[in-house]
Amino acid sequence: MTTQLWLGLVTGILLGFLMQKGRVIRFEKQVGALLLIDMTVFKFMLSAILVGSVGIYALAGLDIISLSHKPMNMGAILVGGALFGAGWAIMGFCPGTSMGAVGEGRYNALFAIAGMVAGAALHAELYPFFKKTVLAWKDFGKIGLPETLGLSPWIVIPVIWVAVIGLFYFFEKKGL
Amino acid sequence: MKLKTKDNGWNPYFAGALVGLLAIASVYASVVLLDKSNFIGASTTFVRAAGFAEQVVVPERVAANEYFAKTRISVDWQFMLVLGIFFGALISSLTDKSFKLEGIPPIWRERFGSSLGLRAIGAFAGGIVAMVGARLADGCPSGHGLSGMMQLSISAFVALFMFFAVGIVVARLIYKRRLL
Repeated sequence: MTTQLWLGLVTGILLGFLMQKGRVIRFEKQVGALLLIDMTVFKFMLSAILVGSVGIYALAGLDIISLSHKPMNMGAILVGGALFGAGWAIMGFCPGTSMGAVGEGRYNALFAIAGMVAGAALHAELYPFFKKTVLAWKDFGKIGLPETLGLSPWIVIPVIWVAVIGLFYFFEKKGL
Repeated sequence: MKLKTKDNGWNPYFAGALVGLLAIASVYASVVLLDKSNFIGASTTFVRAAGFAEQVVVPERVAANEYFAKTRISVDWQFMLVLGIFFGALISSLTDKSFKLEGIPPIWRERFGSSLGLRAIGAFAGGIVAMVGARLADGCPSGHGLSGMMQLSISAFVALFMFFAVGIVVARLIYKRRLL
């Protein structure tokens, strides 16, 4: 195996381990988050984002890594995001966690994985149609929040930290 | 605040923060070892898996498809990452005894009963819709939700809002049979 493949595998094992320890993989936690009865997934994701954003922007600021924003294509993000949300609520897994769910024995995730592979094939068939319609509406390109606001990331990130920690405080106070 | 949760898991703030560190280490390692900035994602791998499956049955269709050509059907870094998630969760759940064979999750059972066939149809159909959406949006809760948010991408903020806003509405309608 090449370095690329080994690195991906090791990263994935660590990610799967941490997601399983955080108990965010299973259906109950994912649908529990969408029903707003269990905040575990929110706590986990937002903590990862807070820590990750500091390191990613530090490395990018030092020119060690380059940022890779996904395009802000209106149709793609709005229609695609809505379809994902609807399918997610029924399936109860997301693409990354579905493999982990099988790993912790929740074998109904296999049906979700089969569905997602079928969905990927369907999307590839529909791609020429999407390109002429949904994807052609309006593309704002690869943009980040700091430059869009005209602010330094080192102003934006602390503001996000304060807002999210406020939300965490609310969760804990309400016992969510 | 407790370090262990009631179900014997790790505190989600702590486990999440470690994922943040992993994401930083991962992109740094990819630059050092592979000379490119790789960010964690998962849904593109399902396109490659679909491509491999189709190549067995209708190879000419894969070759002629624009999206498969754009994605390049091969086993790459992200493909191994998605496989790794399986092994990581397996190791973690076996060592802390949280591994459990489960065909029908409790919330699903309460609403739809204990038919595995019905659960299979729901998971499969949901999977189709979700993946068409994830590929249209160019990402899922990993690519947009983690990697995109860490980079403060505008697309990630909007995509994540859509995932949760629509997910919350649909989950309420399905499992609680009401909107509010």
